Parts: sequence; C-alpha cells; structure tokens
Amino acid sequence: MASRDFMHRLPDSHSSLSRPVSLSRRWHIDVPLLTLLVLLCGVGLGVLYSASGGELHYVRRQAIFMGIAFGGMFVAAQIPPDMYRRWSPWLYVAGCCMLVAVLFVGVGAKGAQRWLEIGGFRFQPSEALKLAVPMSVAAFLHKRTLPPSLVSIVGALAIAALPAALIVQQPDLGTSILIAASGLFALYLAGLSWRMMGGALLALAVAAWPIWQWGLRDYQRQRILTLFDPDADRLGAGWNIFQSKAAIGSGGIYGKGYMQGTQSQLDFLPESHTDFIIAVLSEEWGMRGALLLLLLYVLIIARGIYISFMAQHVFGRLLAGSITLTFFVYVFVNIGMVTGLLPVVGVPLPLVSYGGTSVITLMAGFGILMAIGTERRRVSF
Amino acid sequence: MAEDLHLKDHYTEQRLFRHRMLVACAGVVALLGVLVARFYYLQVVNFEDYRTQSDENRIQMRPVPPTRGLIYDRNGTMLADNRPSYNLSLVMERISDLDSTLELIGRLVQLDESDVQKFRKRLQRRRPFQPIPLRFHLSEQEIARISVNEFRLPGVSVEAELVRYYPMTRLFAHSVGYVGRISERELNDFSEEDVRRYRGTQSIGKTGLERSYEDVLLGEVGYENVETNARGRVLRVLERHDPRPGSELTLHLDARLQQVASDALGENRGAVVAIDVKNGGVLAFVSKPSFDPNMFVTGISFKDYRALSDSLDVPLFNRALQGQYPPGSTLKPMMGLGALAAGVIDRETEVKDPGFYRLPNDRRLYRDWKRWGHGKTVDFVQAMAESCDVYFYDTAHRWDINGMHEIATRFGLGTRTGIDLPIERPGLFPSRAWKRGARGMPWFPGDSLNAVLGQGYVLATPLQLAVMTATIANRGTHYKPQVVMAVDGIEQPPEVLHHVEASEDNWDLVFEGMEAVVYDEKGTGKKAGAGLDFRVAGKSGTAQVVGIAQGEQYDSEALKERHRDHALFIAFAPVDDPQIAVAVLVENGESGGGVAAPVARELFADWVSRPLEETVQMISAEREGGFSG
Repeated sequence: MASRDFMHRLPDSHSSLSRPVSLSRRWHIDVPLLTLLVLLCGVGLGVLYSASGGELHYVRRQAIFMGIAFGGMFVAAQIPPDMYRRWSPWLYVAGCCMLVAVLFVGVGAKGAQRWLEIGGFRFQPSEALKLAVPMSVAAFLHKRTLPPSLVSIVGALAIAALPAALIVQQPDLGTSILIAASGLFALYLAGLSWRMMGGALLALAVAAWPIWQWGLRDYQRQRILTLFDPDADRLGAGWNIFQSKAAIGSGGIYGKGYMQGTQSQLDFLPESHTDFIIAVLSEEWGMRGALLLLLLYVLIIARGIYISFMAQHVFGRLLAGSITLTFFVYVFVNIGMVTGLLPVVGVPLPLVSYGGTSVITLMAGFGILMAIGTERRRVSF
Repeated sequence: MAEDLHLKDHYTEQRLFRHRMLVACAGVVALLGVLVARFYYLQVVNFEDYRTQSDENRIQMRPVPPTRGLIYDRNGTMLADNRPSYNLSLVMERISDLDSTLELIGRLVQLDESDVQKFRKRLQRRRPFQPIPLRFHLSEQEIARISVNEFRLPGVSVEAELVRYYPMTRLFAHSVGYVGRISERELNDFSEEDVRRYRGTQSIGKTGLERSYEDVLLGEVGYENVETNARGRVLRVLERHDPRPGSELTLHLDARLQQVASDALGENRGAVVAIDVKNGGVLAFVSKPSFDPNMFVTGISFKDYRALSDSLDVPLFNRALQGQYPPGSTLKPMMGLGALAAGVIDRETEVKDPGFYRLPNDRRLYRDWKRWGHGKTVDFVQAMAESCDVYFYDTAHRWDINGMHEIATRFGLGTRTGIDLPIERPGLFPSRAWKRGARGMPWFPGDSLNAVLGQGYVLATPLQLAVMTATIANRGTHYKPQVVMAVDGIEQPPEVLHHVEASEDNWDLVFEGMEAVVYDEKGTGKKAGAGLDFRVAGKSGTAQVVGIAQGEQYDSEALKERHRDHALFIAFAPVDDPQIAVAVLVENGESGGGVAAPVARELFADWVSRPLEETVQMISAEREGGFSG
C-alpha cells in the first residue's frame, strides 16, 4: 500500500466523507448509501404497518427480514470485488444447476414451480441469479477489450440468456425479463454499439406479433389487455388496477392521512401489503408522499451511479452500474404497474413491499455496491 | 496485486463507460418524469373525480351475493330454504380494545365460549375492513339491545344475511346434503374465476346435491356502488347490477315417501333407496342414523362435531351411497336371469338339494342356509322362493365367472352408478382378471360359488341394488339414477346406460320366481306383500358381517349385536306394471325376509296405492304442518 499520496489526487468515493472515515475504511460501509437504505426501510415498515391494517404481524416479520438483510449486506461489503469476479463463474454455474433442479424437483403454488426445498428450508434460486448474472457478464467482459467485439457480445448474451430461458419455464416471465435485463445493462455499459441495439429493437418489434400469438400464456395476454381497458371487467382481471388507480387518485396532493385510507385500499385493493403497497402510500400521503419516496429512490440510484463512476476496474464499474440500473427498473416496473402504465407482472416495490427474499437479495446487491465503492485504490496502470 | 490490464486502453474504456452511464441517466430521468407525470395525472388532474368517490361520501363498489337456488321435492315441498339471519359482526379496524368489547357484548347478548373461539379462528384469515361474524341468528330482543348501545360499540354492527335452512332437518341430510362456510383450503384451491364468483358469498356446498349442483345453485354475483359516510355506514345505493339467483332444483325425491321409509326403518341402522322404474328417478334415499344438516351451515362446534364423528353409529356416513355390503341372495334374480339367457339353466332344470353342495374333486362342503336342504327336486321358481343356495351353486358350477361378471356389470354392479351425488363408492364384482391383479391368485371354482350368492369378494351399495332391481323391473332397461328431476323447471332427460337382452320368457320366469318369494307358501319374503291389493315381486338376502375393527372399545352387548348378519331385501311393484323398485338394507337385522321386507312393504303401500287427489291434499297439508325429521 504505497499509494497514499496517489489517493489524494484522485476523486475518491470516501474521501468526500469527512466524518466516520473508519466506518467506510475499516468496514467498507458507504455511509450515504447506508443512511438512504435505512431511511427507505423505515418508510417501508411504516407503510406496511398501515397496509396490514394496523397489525404488527407483518411488520414484525419484515423487520426481522430487514435485520437479516442488513447483516447480509454487511457481509457482502467485506468481500473484495476481485473475489466476486473470480467466484462469479462458480456462482453462475451453481445457480443454473439449481434452476434446472427446480424444473424437475421444484415445489410451488398456483401452477408455477419456483422453489427448491432442502431440509425443510425453502428458497428461490432465481433470486440468486439476480446477482449472479450481472456479476458473470461483468466478469466476462472485464478482461476483454471494450467496446466488446462480436465474440464478446455473443458470449455475454449467452450468459444472460441461459438462466432467463430456464426461469421462463417455471413459468416466471417477469423475473426472467428482469434477469436478462441486468445482463444486458452490463453489456450496454461496456459499450455495445448503438447500431446493434437499434437492430435488436427492430427485430423485437418484428417478432412482437408472433410472440403475442404463440409465446404468451392466456393469463399473460389477459393482463396486457386489461392494461388497455381496465374497466372492461371490473370484478375480474381489471379489479387490481381499477382499485389501485382509485386509491392513488383519491389521495390527491396531500393524502388522507396515515392509516386513514379507507376508501379503496383496504377491503378492495388486493395485495395491498405486497405488490400494490405504493397505492396505500399514495392514498394516505398523497402526491407529496409518492414524490418523496421517488426522491429517496432517486438518491439511492444517484449514489449507485456515483459508485460506478468511481469504480477502479471494468468489473466493478459494470457490476455497480448494472445493479443500480436494475434497481431502477424494479422501481419503475412496480410503480408503472400499480399506476396502470404497465401490465401486472408481479414485481415488488424494492424494500417497501412485504417479502423476505427480495429484501435479502436487494441488500446483498447493495453490499456488493459498497464493496466496490470502498475498494482501496491500487496502482494498476 | 497486478492484473493483466496493460494491453487495454483504460482511459478510453472509462470514458466510454461514463458516456454510456450518462445516456442511461438521461433515460432514468425521462422515465422518472413519466412516473411523476402519472402521479400528477392521477392525483392532481383527475383528483376531483376520485375525491367525489372518497373523502366525505365514499363510493364503494360492493359485491352483491346471489341468493342460492332453492331445492324442492317432486311435489313442491321445500327441502332447502334461505332464511334471513341477523348476525353480529365486528370490524377489527374500528375496534380499539377487543377484549372489553367482547365483554360488553357478552352482557347484551348470549355469548358462549365456543362462539368466541370460532370468532377468533375466523379472525386469522380475514381481509382488512371485512366484518367478521361473532354470533348468528340474533333474536329481536338482542338486536334491540345492541342498537340501544350502539354508541358504546364502535365497529360492532348487526348485518342481515341469507343463511341456508333445511326445514326437514335430518330427513334429507344424506341426499340434499348441506352447505358450510368456505374453508381456507377451498379458498386456496379457487381459480381466479372462482374468486370473482364467490365475492360476497360466505358458504359453499359441502356434501350431497348442495355440492354436486354447486355450480347451478350458486348463481352469478352482482355489484352495487354505495355511498358511505366517514364511519363506513351505507347512506344510499347509487348504481346496482343485480345478481342472478341460483337455479331452483326440483327433485324426484318424495318427502312423504322419504318419511315413510325413514319411519319404517325405525331405530335400526340401515339404508333404503327407492327408484322410479320408468326413468331412474330416485324417489326415496334414506341412510340411518342421520343428523341435522343445519348444524353445519354457520359452522359446527368442535364438541358437536366430535359427538357426530365419534359415534359408533357413524351418522355422518352415507350408507346408501358409500356403504359397501355383501349383497347376499339378493343377486339371485339377476344371476338367474343371466344363467337363463346364457342357456345354463331353463324352467325345467331341477337340482337335488341335500343341504350342501360339493364340487367334483373337492372335499369341501358348500352349505345351504337350510340345514337339511330344500328337497329332492328343486326347480327355478322354488329355488327363488325358498332362496335355495344349492340350486345356485350348481348353476355357478356349470356357468363361468366371465358370464357372471358380464351380467353383473350390465346391471351396474362393480361400477359407480353415475348418480348425481358426490363421492359414490363403486362396490365390487370380481372377475378372473381382477383377482389376478388385486390378489395375485388364480380363480378357483369355489370363488364362483361365493360370487353367485353375493358373498366372498362381492360388494354393492344399497343404491346399486336399487338400480339393479329397477333394471329387472324394467325388463332390462338400465337407467342412470337421478335425484334431480328439473333445474329451473327444465326437465333433466332420463339416461339409458345399458339394455340387458333376454327373451320375454326368461323375464317372465324371473318375475314368477320373485313373486313366489312373496306369495309362495314357503316364500322367504311374504311380509313384503302382506295386505296389499297389488302384486309385489322381491328377493330377500342375508349377508355375513365381516371384519369388525379390532381394538375398538364397546361393551359386549353392543358387540354381540354388531356381529349379527345384515338383512337385505329388494323388491318392485306392481308386478303387472312396475312403477317403483326398492332396496332395503338393515345393518345387523339378521333376517332379510323378517326385518327388511316389511320396510319395502311400507313404501309400496304408500307409493303405489296413493291416488292422485291424495297427493294434492298431502302437499297442502305439508305446507301448513310440515314434517318432523
């Protein structure tokens, strides 16, 4: 470590933090990010308490999950990015093996097989892939010259496509698309040529009709149709969107007050404590609350982008960028869905919706982000 | 640690990355703009629209549950009704202290420990703001006491709900069945469409017709937009899409005949099934002992349920539909017909009966029920009248199991009858293939001797025996048994499953034999026709009780009683123009002719000799008085 004066000349993620230098140095914790995450989780628990009708049951469970998740984040932050890079192929292979196992021995409910059960403990392998895929793509591109050559592009696409294809079989279209997207983000950030992206978009547009016709299941088509005409079947498929829009709209600018959102959200709004929780917040706190929540997300995303800017290596840069952009996609897809802009795909609102697995995966992702952000500068060029 | 990055143009790559990230940032900002615009559109531009739906006068879209279809017997006697019930419900969100609220309610209305227990169970799977019922069927005084104290009881309300009521109580428990509250398991199994259809509906058919006709009885949910004040009380209905009520069922069942059958069984355990020979309609369907289905409608208490399920008499068990008994000699008419049609025997065939039968090369004696036999020359009619076992041993020996199995299948044994009641048992009629598959053993000649007498492996439900009897009475037309005659006034057409081919002479001979059972001097079923002014044909049967569960605790007196043979009787009447076919089973009744035959006689006396006017009078009398279960 003979680079102390070198560090002073470089813009550094933690040199701007004057106060607890030891926290960031010794424990690899990014204090602004941690502060924002704690704030967001606090908001999440508050809304959850209201959404579950003033009962502590869900709040208590979620708080326990968050505790575990912060622990996981802390552990993830201690591992040097280099180690992630070297481990990522193994993580990836193990994840894909579990996905294959899910197809054969998985358990599940309502026509989908998503869980593996080992010794009474249940988990969802697709969650692990949410991190393994961007990590593997970033690691794959790390050593190659950028912008990526055609071979690199094909390789990176293959890495993202395999797990996505396996997850579609479960079937879980939403998660599959999000995992594929996380890999594509890494590829995009690595410098995939614009022309190629344009070509891919064009191909997608051409393929849209056959996909609609043969690629989607009936309930998926129904959800997309509902988007265009939610009033068509108020008691059936349109129920969720109709009720969530009513809840949000009636909140107005100032909202009805905490725990006061009686009209549409409670008896009528389904999944109010999971996927549709932002409708509860928007009804009770109004546009004020919704925008403040958005602001929190924006700050977290901004911090993530900053970390990716300051990252030392291609791997860290791509991984941090991909994790951050994927996080944004979660936020956008969920809010878009609840406000009736996007079809209902079952994506929870990060760190606010009730659900343990998603919180743990997200926080592990932020732990990796912190590991990248607090990596000590090394002379490497 | 030094990575091998020297060949890479680090600065260019970083610049490329930053450029890409900035473009992505622009995308993020644009999409955020979309979300902000969306919130603005919903919460500012359209706020007025939504505000009118909420703040002061909230508009709620509420599902309006349909009324469940009513069930009548063939004469219009009500078997399943909907009665308003005033329930005391609690909305947990509006209650600050549950325990003190419960305590206060307990001082105003009668509240048992079991009410509170069931209420706490319901609490565990409620939706927010859903009123949870605490007590059903409030009396008028109780309603008054609650409304006087309303201001002290926020979140407590009295709600009217239509609740299923079975006016005949235990008489139709095993046929009409009952509804109950939708259970957690049923809720989990619901499809998206079911969730929509059951919105606002609390109960679902659990057994009997209530279950098998659930789809048509349910109806279609409606909805209404109601204006409520800040405390959630409905002020007025703005818009209403009426629900479509469930379909009305008219049954073949006859309430009076059912009562006669139930009374005739008396205190015995057993089953009676009567079938309309002309179309397979089920006229009476009794399984005793029975239970009061009303107990299940709003949820049965644990204690009551234990009492029913632990009872040695198993009142919840549907003997007519699910009880599988060895049918004994009641199979003889059918077997006789099969043997006649196959040419194994004819009218002149005579057999010597010394009281036992012996297969060639077999030292085992197959005994007749009558120790010293039925005499030197027993012919078909005599064999039927006196239920001569040796005659049929001989027949079975000369016939083969394939022929027996085929004829039994045509008459509906060994397969489900297809009746419109749920969870029917199929019984069993063995064949060579079955024995090889299920027991891994070849078919022995002795097995045929057992099968022809309805013993050994043979099992049948009382319903199957009634269908078999109706098919004989019909001279071969095997109708599917049906309980429901009409849905919303639309008749359900009868359905022919098989036609058993046999010459008229053979049918005549079987009829003659079954008549002899009732009218021959030595006939075993003389009580079936006693004092009737029309002719009855029947056959008695006795079945050994097999397999008493080991280790069960009951006193020796009861044990002895439960070791006795089951008594069976099948019959139809009148012989010259058969209208009704009956199968009677009396558990541990010992004598088919002595105990089961009189039951059949009571049904014939009521049904066949009932003039048309009397039927009409009976209906009006019923409407006023009603029956007691």
